[in-house]
Amino acid sequence: MPELPSEKRVLVPTKRGELLRGARDTLPLVVGAVPFGIIFGALAIGAGLSPMATQAMSLFVFAGSAQFVAAGLLSQSAGVAIIVLTTFIVNLRHALYSASLAPYVQNLSQRWLLPLGFWLTDETFAIAIKRYRDADASPHKHWYYLGSAVLMYVNWQICTLIGIVAGQQLQGLADLGLEIAMVVSFVGIVVPMLISKPMVACALSAGGVAALLHSLPHQLGLMVGSVVGVLVGYLLTKRMGDNNLPAADVSS
Amino acid sequence: MNIVFDSEFLLIVGMMLVTFGVRYPVLAWLSKRELPKNVVIALEFVPVAVLSAIVVPMATIRDSEWAISLDNPFFVATVFSILVALKTRNLLLTIVLGMAVFFIYRLWIL
Repeated sequence: MPELPSEKRVLVPTKRGELLRGARDTLPLVVGAVPFGIIFGALAIGAGLSPMATQAMSLFVFAGSAQFVAAGLLSQSAGVAIIVLTTFIVNLRHALYSASLAPYVQNLSQRWLLPLGFWLTDETFAIAIKRYRDADASPHKHWYYLGSAVLMYVNWQICTLIGIVAGQQLQGLADLGLEIAMVVSFVGIVVPMLISKPMVACALSAGGVAALLHSLPHQLGLMVGSVVGVLVGYLLTKRMGDNNLPAADVSS
Repeated sequence: MNIVFDSEFLLIVGMMLVTFGVRYPVLAWLSKRELPKNVVIALEFVPVAVLSAIVVPMATIRDSEWAISLDNPFFVATVFSILVALKTRNLLLTIVLGMAVFFIYRLWIL
């Protein structure tokens, strides 16, 4: 593509534009994440973790579901080694996320890869990978990722703090069934991606296997289901012919 | 007091290391090489696979039992949100309406 004079390159988003768009597109998911941060803060305090350690966990670990599991294990007086090991297993899916993102971040320096790696979450992954798969060749898509990540991070810190401070009054909150927020958030992400047979088969097999294996410890059913779903999608794609690649994005 | 602090410190450092250790090295290492085409095709399915594997058990299993029924507000709200997502493809609407149906169903219908 020939280099256009800068004032005419209106179609190429600026860094700032990508950053803000990333944050804006993540806003709906923040709605879903708010209850979790608050409940985590309240649960962790209830489990005996100090307020400082509770906030530190959100600041330095930043892994919603693993933090939840950790709070649950703490309340059962589990040891540090068990909790760390469980955290590792619960977070294994992030290796799949990282592998999926890797082809898109080939030109980035360590200075970018370190924070982007640290800030990887289910939500930001889902939002960022969609942007990366958009057809336009914006050179600043990592700014979009950054915008999503920073918003999720700041929101998680604030919500954790609210949970810590209001913990006592919120003891009933965990029984309200607020995990529905996570379910419908992920439904809203996945359903628009189901635009090919392999994608639908992938979703059904991954979800089905994970549900069948729900009694496995440490959410291992999630991991097995995910791998099965990926394999089913892959094998179906191969059978349908290589030129029939699934496009994960629908630009409407 | 110190013991409590030390084990909390260890806990957070340990969790931080394993979490970052799953996220960053794969990203950094794989970003430096060209992935085989077949791997790239397979990775296309990661978001749908993982998110489905998270959602389906949450919607269909309650207290370690199958709960695919109208008595389970999680199931009802999830099915409803799928319909909203299919119809509108709007993330915010899916979340807000899905949550609204969940609480309305749970509080007033069940």
